[in-house]
Amino acid sequence: MKMEEVAVVGAGQTVFGFDRKETFEELVFEAATAALSDAGGSIGDIDNIVTVSNDFWDGRTISSMSVMSAAGSWNKDISTVEGDGMFGAVYGMMRTLSGSFDATLVVAHVKGSEGRMNLITNGMFDPIYQRPLGIDATISAALQARCYMERTGAGEEDFARVSVKNHGNGLRNPHAHLGMEITIDDVMRSRKISDPLKLYDCSPVSDGAAAIVLSNRRGLKRFRQKPAWIRGAAYCSDSYTLGYRDLADPRALRAAAQKAYRMAGIANPLKELDAAEVYDAYSYMELMWYEGLGLAAEGKGAELLRSGATETGGELPVNPSGGTLSAHPVLVAGLVRLIEAVLQVRGDAGRRQVPGAKRALAHGINGPCGQCHAVMIVEA
Amino acid sequence: MTKDKKNPNELLYITSGEMYQPYRYTLSSLSGRFLTEIKEKKKFLGVKCPECGRVYVPPRAVCGRCYARMNEMVQVSDEGEVVACAIVEFGFVDPSTGIERPVPYGTAFIRLDGADTALSHFLDCVDREKLKVGARVRAVFEEERTGSIMDIKHFEVID
Ligand SMILES: [Zn+2]
Repeated sequence: MKMEEVAVVGAGQTVFGFDRKETFEELVFEAATAALSDAGGSIGDIDNIVTVSNDFWDGRTISSMSVMSAAGSWNKDISTVEGDGMFGAVYGMMRTLSGSFDATLVVAHVKGSEGRMNLITNGMFDPIYQRPLGIDATISAALQARCYMERTGAGEEDFARVSVKNHGNGLRNPHAHLGMEITIDDVMRSRKISDPLKLYDCSPVSDGAAAIVLSNRRGLKRFRQKPAWIRGAAYCSDSYTLGYRDLADPRALRAAAQKAYRMAGIANPLKELDAAEVYDAYSYMELMWYEGLGLAAEGKGAELLRSGATETGGELPVNPSGGTLSAHPVLVAGLVRLIEAVLQVRGDAGRRQVPGAKRALAHGINGPCGQCHAVMIVEA
Repeated sequence: MTKDKKNPNELLYITSGEMYQPYRYTLSSLSGRFLTEIKEKKKFLGVKCPECGRVYVPPRAVCGRCYARMNEMVQVSDEGEVVACAIVEFGFVDPSTGIERPVPYGTAFIRLDGADTALSHFLDCVDREKLKVGARVRAVFEEERTGSIMDIKHFEVID
């Protein structure tokens, strides 16, 4: 199926960090107005709004409603995605494709510093069988990392190499929370969090917001920014219960990626993509996602990384922005992956620009250990 | 665990226990100044929209109508008018303060003179004759103030 045409015509993101002094309402206003100004439009050019929020992270129910003014939804149609921002982008795309709206603003926010990450992520698990065991995002990730090591032979040094690459890339991204020049040794010696994961294998808890403006062909005349066309978009979910899943097999990602590639007419993603932004909440995930995205053969994620192909200057730079390891505003991070992909194909990525990038991939995840995956391909 | 009364062998529920999920909510400069003004001076500040001129009490960052960022804080009165009121007969323990207010008590939305929006708080009155939309009220403050909305004890009806 060839897609109807929808483009990202504006993008905005705050600087990500811990303990930002602004409320999330202020952060949403900052990101949304930045996206509108990037698009060369104003709130009056927007037909409907999609917000992304989560009640546990926001510490209030129906959290979407508390940002409606900041998202510019006075007298407008507004609805919400509770999950990663990439799914907000997918939903915004659908609304734009529906024919009811020509231009859609998607905003996502989180103030990770307001709540307790381990308690909030414990809250995503089943209350009868799993929550009482104290499992959280990091503990479940450690279980998955171990499964992946067993299946592929990847080692902790391989994970450390992801951390070194992405934190290094983060130094060139003015929005990043935690760009760092570190060595494999630094990662290996960092504090154990949940074996085999150490501090520098784990993304930071960040505050911030991001927003995009989506438009169909009809809406384009309202904006001045060059469009980044969405050429492929797909998502797929695996089982909610971790024990019902093969944790080391990113089968949902494989399904989503293959579908997105078919829509975009991509046969060999490693060769045909110019940049990729993937959701590396923990270092090992990037290696698994290489496999799920078909960039590496099964079990060969670490090999691809060691080959240098995904480094800056490699065949397909992955996370030139520094990825989620360098800034992890939960819920916002997937939308940031898309924004970074858009900036790459527009040639607007500043010091993190992949020279001549024309086609880029963005990836977001939802649920524990990447239960659900969304993939988008954007093209200048 | 809860058991079925008719069939004691059937397990029905598992409770969450005393769930612990604490937050520290960001005030931002606007709310920080609003609460500080009450604590230090027993006075109210609102924030004024640069486009439509509406004064919001309590302050928020964005005027939704104009889609404008608000920064200018202006003083409003500690007296105002009831725009909505209720007499609460069935109270509950506020989980964030642990306070269970003795019932009945009056609760209201109050538009302070100089403000365009209403602030919610308690009233000192449960008299249906006096507690009316349009009733004039004045803020009464706690002696010991900590920088919270509870630094306002209640509003007293002054008609
Ligand atoms: Zn206004």
